[in-house]
Amino acid sequence: MAQILNRDTALFHFLTRIGDSTLILGHRVSEWCGHSPMLEEDIALANTALDLIGHTRMWLGLAAEVEGKGRSADDLAFLRDSMDFTNLLLVEQPNGDFGQTMMRQLLFDAWHLPYLNALKSFPDPRVAGIAEKATKEVAYHVDRAADLVVRLGDGTHESHTRMQAALDELWPCVGEMFSTDEVDAMLAPDAPKPDRIRDAWDATILPTLARATLAVPATRFTRQGGKTGRHSEHLGHVLAQMQFLQRAYPGATW
Amino acid sequence: MVATIPRVAQVWDWLDEVPDPEIPVISLRDLGVIRDVRWEGDILSITITPTYSGCPATSLITLDIHSALADRGVDKVRVMQQLSPAWTTDWLSDKGRARLERYGIAPPGQAGGPDRCPHCGSDKLERISQFGSTPCKAAWRCMGCLEPFDYFKCI
Repeated sequence: MAQILNRDTALFHFLTRIGDSTLILGHRVSEWCGHSPMLEEDIALANTALDLIGHTRMWLGLAAEVEGKGRSADDLAFLRDSMDFTNLLLVEQPNGDFGQTMMRQLLFDAWHLPYLNALKSFPDPRVAGIAEKATKEVAYHVDRAADLVVRLGDGTHESHTRMQAALDELWPCVGEMFSTDEVDAMLAPDAPKPDRIRDAWDATILPTLARATLAVPATRFTRQGGKTGRHSEHLGHVLAQMQFLQRAYPGATW
Repeated sequence: MVATIPRVAQVWDWLDEVPDPEIPVISLRDLGVIRDVRWEGDILSITITPTYSGCPATSLITLDIHSALADRGVDKVRVMQQLSPAWTTDWLSDKGRARLERYGIAPPGQAGGPDRCPHCGSDKLERISQFGSTPCKAAWRCMGCLEPFDYFKCI
């Protein structure tokens, strides 16, 4: 963050962090379209992706408005490079198999819902309005992800093994969701409190993993950097696909 | 150009004739997405709220409102979006609910699921998926007549 932080620039960063996370996860989930194990799951994943892209349009639209430099939500989505993206590392991780996708979804949704709930009382009504709208949709995401993680975790030996491997693989990306920095500090006391979000996350995740007969990984290693633009190698590939058209044919519309 | 400015109640009636782009048996008024209609000087100002954040029908709805009113001689129309209070299926009209059911889509139920099969009326139902052919619907199946059907889910 090269610029000096004040409340407006902090709000811009705060909004792009949420919007980038919903954008990249929405894109990742949309990669399943036409490839899911069953038609119903294909439709459910496409709907989830659609909700997340809808949230993105609102979050990045508001970020662009707050920034006041004439950029649009599309400009932010299609014309920034990876170091300017501030999504969580969790959401850019590859889909893997269906189980790994659902595990990533559950870990994110269990954070997303209480985070949005906290934002419903944000003093800026534009932020609170988006959170109020998105909360209703995300409540369905959590239910579905939890249901599938339990069914696959407590399923066959094969599905259980894969779900445990997915959890172990993604676990180091969990801590970043609850980290805070100067952006959150600038918006205090209005930014969601990480301790409370973590408590709500635990209250969803721990019983769900227990029902899924999955073991909480012992590692305390945490990967961070997404929120400040330091990404894994995967994000560049996502952007190459997502942004290709606007990069190759600037301003193309249809 | 119309000779006199149409009353707000008249505009509501007109909007009751504009079909929802995805489910044409119900109107935009039935769907509950129109939150306010008022004249601001000589501009007709209409406030709508999206059903789902990512629903692609939202931009079509705006277009359909503009063209329906232009057909009736009202050209100065401003359609504004409002997010809060967020749309809820409680705003579906009774007429809309009845029409959905006749069309084969179970209307939102109190218990968070359909009350009966829209085809045969059986209450032996099973959920296939919480997500269906559009963001606002879930996929269900009737164990009586064995037909699958869409359920307009509660939000």
